[in-house]
Amino acid sequence: MLEIRNLHARIAETGTEIIRGLDLTVKNGEVAAIMGPNGSGKSTLSYILAGREDYEVTEGEILFDGQSILDMDPAERAASGIFLAFQYPLEIPGVATMEFLKVALNAQRRARGEPELKIPDLLKKVREAAGRLNMDMAMLKRPLNVGFSGGEKKRAEILQMSLLEPKLCVLDETDSGLDIDALKVVADGVNALRSPDRSMVVITHYQRLLDYIVPDTVHVLYQGRVIKSGDKSLALDLEQNGYADIIGEAA
Amino acid sequence: MNMHAQPQRTHAETALIDAFVERFSYLPGNEAVIRRRDDAVERLKAGLPTRRVEAWHYTDLRRLLSTVPMHDPAVGAKPLPALLQGSTVLPVLNGVAAHAPRIDGVTVTRLEQKLMDGSVAQAMACDDAADVIAPLNAAFVTDGWFLDIGEGVAVDGPIELQNVQAGGQAHVRFPVRIGAGAKATIVERQSGNGDALVSSVSHLTVGEGAEIVWILLQEQPVGATQLGQFNAVLGKDAKLTLFVMNTGGKLVRQEIKVDAAGEGAVFNLRGVNLLTGDSHTDVTMVLDHSAPNTTSSEIIRNVVTGRARGVFQGQIRVDRLAQKTDAKMACNTLLLSDDGEFSAKPELEIFADDVACGHGATVTEIDRNHLFYLMARGVPEKEARGLLVKAFVAEVIEGLEDEPLIAALEAKLEAWFATNV
Repeated sequence: MLEIRNLHARIAETGTEIIRGLDLTVKNGEVAAIMGPNGSGKSTLSYILAGREDYEVTEGEILFDGQSILDMDPAERAASGIFLAFQYPLEIPGVATMEFLKVALNAQRRARGEPELKIPDLLKKVREAAGRLNMDMAMLKRPLNVGFSGGEKKRAEILQMSLLEPKLCVLDETDSGLDIDALKVVADGVNALRSPDRSMVVITHYQRLLDYIVPDTVHVLYQGRVIKSGDKSLALDLEQNGYADIIGEAA
Repeated sequence: MNMHAQPQRTHAETALIDAFVERFSYLPGNEAVIRRRDDAVERLKAGLPTRRVEAWHYTDLRRLLSTVPMHDPAVGAKPLPALLQGSTVLPVLNGVAAHAPRIDGVTVTRLEQKLMDGSVAQAMACDDAADVIAPLNAAFVTDGWFLDIGEGVAVDGPIELQNVQAGGQAHVRFPVRIGAGAKATIVERQSGNGDALVSSVSHLTVGEGAEIVWILLQEQPVGATQLGQFNAVLGKDAKLTLFVMNTGGKLVRQEIKVDAAGEGAVFNLRGVNLLTGDSHTDVTMVLDHSAPNTTSSEIIRNVVTGRARGVFQGQIRVDRLAQKTDAKMACNTLLLSDDGEFSAKPELEIFADDVACGHGATVTEIDRNHLFYLMARGVPEKEARGLLVKAFVAEVIEGLEDEPLIAALEAKLEAWFATNV
C-alpha cells in the first residue's frame, strides 16, 4: 500500500531538513502507529504524504500502490485515495459544511471517472455517516469548522473520511484536544473504517489513543527517521519508560 | 490680472457641453427645472475633477472619462427579467420611463411629469462643490420614477427600478418617499448593452420607523460609464439596509450619501465589488450620524482580477449631538492578480464624546492553508480557489436573511465567477 524509501525533506522556505532518511512500509489493511517526541517530524510526515507545498522532498521516494506520488498535487493524491485527518482542521468561513462535502465527494468521483452523486443520495449517505458519529445534521449547515468545538472538528474530519472512503488514512494527532468521551466516538468512527484493503497511519503523541485504535505496528520517529519498529507492545513500552532508552539505543 | 488660465477642455468636457447645447430644447422641465439645468451645466463648464480634488483623489474623472457618446434616441433597450419573483418592474429604457403599473399603497409617477410641473426642481440643486454626478444628472435628466409609499404600507412583493441603456446617454432619477412605518424591498438595476454614459440619482426620505431594503445591482457592459448617486435621509427609528453589487462597467463611481437624522435610525451598508479587466470602480460613502443613538455598519468585500482598480472611500461624520452613536466599517479585498489594485480610505470625523466607532481595511490573497485543506479533500486547485473566493463574498450576501434574495444574488455571483475566476 504505502512504501517510503530513504525520504529526505526540508522546509521549502528555510531549507531546514526535517525528514532525514525515513523508511516505512505499510501493508494493505495495516494500522501503523507513528510515535515520537515533539519535533521528531511526525506532522511533517503527514503533510508530505498529503502533498503540502511548504515541504520539499530532496531525496527518496514515496510509493502508493506502487506508484510514485511525489509529482501529484494534493487534490490528485486525495483522488487517488490518500486522506489526511488534520490535527488542527481549518475554519473556512462562507463555505457551508454540506456544500463542501458535496464538492469534495463529487470532485473525487469525477477524477475517478464516476458519475456525480445526486442530492438525495448524497444526503442519505451524509445522514447515515453523521448518525454513526453522533453529529447533528444542523451543524452541517454551518460554515466548515467555524465555531465548532475541538471535538466537533475532529468528528467532522472523521465524517469526511468515512464519506470519501480513502485507501490510506493518515490521522495526525487525532486525539489532541479531545476529552475521553469524544475520543471514544472518534475512535469508534475510525475503527468502523478498518478493512483489509484500507491502511491507516496513526500519528500520535500518546499511547492513550492506541487503547482505542489498536495498531498492528508501531514505529518510533526521531530526528526525521524511524529508529525502532515493533508491534503494539512497543507503544506500551514507550508509555512506561519514555523515549530516552530507545533514542539512546539508536544513537 | 488673473493668472489662472482655464486648462484646455478635454474631449469629454467639450462633448458634455456640446451635448447640452444640442439636447437642451428636448429636455423636459418647467422654468424652475430649466434654471436648475442651467446652473448645473455652469458647474460642468468649470471642468471635471482631477485627483487634486480630495473627494476624487483615487478617481481622476477628468483623465478617466475619455469619451462621451452622443445621445441616440433611435436605439432600443428592453426591460430585464426581474431579479426576484413576484416583483413589480418599473423600467426606464434609454432614459424613457415605459409604463406605470399599479402597486397597492404606492403612488407611482413618471419623473418626466415631475420635471414638467417643477416639483423636483428643488431636489436638483447641487450644493456640494465637489459633487459632479448630481449636476451632470440635473443637466441631462430625462425621466425616471417617483415612488411615494404610504404611511404604514407593507408593500406586497419587491419593487424593481430598472435603468437599462442601449448606448448613447441615459440620465435618470428615482426620488422615493417612504411613509412612517412602511416596509418595502426595492431593487435598483443599472444595466444595458451599449458603451453608454449613464447617470442615476436616487433620493430617499425614510419616515419614522420605516424599514427599507434597497438592492443596487450594477451590471453594465465593459464599455459603459456608470455615475450613480444614492441619497437617503433616515427618520426616527428608521432602518435602511443598502446592498450594492458592482459586477460591470468600465468606469464606475457609486456615491452613497446617507444622513441618520432621526434618533434611533439604523443604516447598514453591504457592498460586493467584483472587478475585472481594466475597469475602474469607486464606491464612495459619506454617512452622517446627526442624531443620538444611531447605529451603522458597513461591510465591503472586493474581488480584484486582471488589471482592475477599485476604490472605497468611507467617511463617517458624527455630529456633536449624536451621542451613543455606534458605527463600524470594514473593507476587505481579495487580490487575485498582481496587476489589480484596491485603495481603501476610511475616515472618521467624530464631534461627540460618547460613541463607539471603528473601522478596518484588509487586502489579502487567497489563504494558502485554506487552499491546501480543500485540495487535500480532492478539490482541484481551480475549483478550490473558486470556492474560497465565492465564500469570501457570500458571507456578506448571506447576512441579508432573505432566502429568495440570497439565492438570486448568489446566482449573479456564480455567473460572474464562471467567466472571471
